Amino acid sequence: MKVLEIRNAEKSFDGTPVLRDVSLSVEAGEILSIIGPSGSGKSTLLRCATGLEKLDKGSVSFQGRFGMVFQQFNLFPHWTVLRNVTDAVIRVQKRPREEALQEGRALLARIGLADKEQAYPCQLSGGQQQRVAIARALAQNPDLLFFDEPTSALDPELTQEVLRVIRSLKELRIAMVIVTHEMAFAREVSDRVIFMADGRIQEEGTPETVFASENQRMRAFLSQF
Amino acid sequence: MSLLQIVAELWQSFGVTLQIFLVTLILSLPLGLLVSFGRMSGNPLLRYPVSAYISVMRGTPLMLQLIVVYFGPYYLFGISFGPAYRMTAVFIAFAVNYAAYFAEIFRSGIQSMPKGQYEAARLLGYSRSQTFFYIILPQVIKRILPSITNEVITLVKDTAFAFTLSVMEMFTKAKALAAGQTSILPLFVAGAFYYIFNYAVAYLFAYGEKKLDYYQ
Repeated sequence: MKVLEIRNAEKSFDGTPVLRDVSLSVEAGEILSIIGPSGSGKSTLLRCATGLEKLDKGSVSFQGRFGMVFQQFNLFPHWTVLRNVTDAVIRVQKRPREEALQEGRALLARIGLADKEQAYPCQLSGGQQQRVAIARALAQNPDLLFFDEPTSALDPELTQEVLRVIRSLKELRIAMVIVTHEMAFAREVSDRVIFMADGRIQEEGTPETVFASENQRMRAFLSQF
Repeated sequence: MSLLQIVAELWQSFGVTLQIFLVTLILSLPLGLLVSFGRMSGNPLLRYPVSAYISVMRGTPLMLQLIVVYFGPYYLFGISFGPAYRMTAVFIAFAVNYAAYFAEIFRSGIQSMPKGQYEAARLLGYSRSQTFFYIILPQVIKRILPSITNEVITLVKDTAFAFTLSVMEMFTKAKALAAGQTSILPLFVAGAFYYIFNYAVAYLFAYGEKKLDYYQ
């Protein structure tokens, strides 16, 4: 079953094309990484898929719910960690408060921050904040999670702790679309990898085939790492 | 007239000063928020008139505005509201004047919020009004509190402008006492009242800022 299908997506900013006829679909439980140089349209693709930007042409369709993890975390700084994770569940999804809090605590335990539920985001490291943002997204009970460069704002050590958490989500069988510059991680965790450049999908396939590709752009891109 | 009598007399008229102060705040803060929405509106038919209103309110003297609000209805339309209108005119002029200043403070605060807060809220399913009242506004209040404190302190002193319409607030009273007694003492006492009032206001707002210090 497909949880996400994007058909013939096109998007320009001020006349500069950023996405040129991009189509892709994501199966339930599948982990898809999108790699490529800056300005290749990866983030724009995510923003269009989630509806934060409008496509000029093409369509996006979902089966079920999705959540999003941002590069800059975007936690709500005036709320405690627990409230960040549970507020939307209680206020938007109207789930019973006690149940939501219980699930929120379980999620915090899962990402190793059970002792931080009463802390405020500013009291946490960047890596911890990003883990809370992941818990917040998971609390929505998503069928699909988008990650927009989730470790780009973090130093290498904190990057590893966040990647560890994302890796551990594999067992949940939630589909994930991960835009990342962490090549080793993409290679190891993904079921499928997409290489984008110039607003187009250049290569697509299993990590083994994509990373072994003879595509010039792909080789040039990979040689930077 | 003894110092104690002067204090007692001014204390009575201080009630009117306090009334002008409180009514102005209660009216102008929500009105200012509404005006800031108009100022930021995507619709030019709303944005331009609201911008003009803010510009005129900030660009002309409060004293002039008081006189226009009080005498305008009669000179422009021949309508006379009677003496009770005096106080109402004070409230209206102060409220619309202060709303313009507060609107600009709200606007700067709202526009300084990172776009990511709106995006995260939207993808979590919050409605626009939930996003504003639960997520944006509390953070805006923290950011603009120092600017609001400034305006409120100015308002305490500006209440003396009600003198223009002969409303018996503390400054009007102090001036009358000073003239009657040929003494400057009533004016000094009034000055002490304003100072103490503002000291309390500053203390209260500093306390509020400290309360909001729990996050960055």
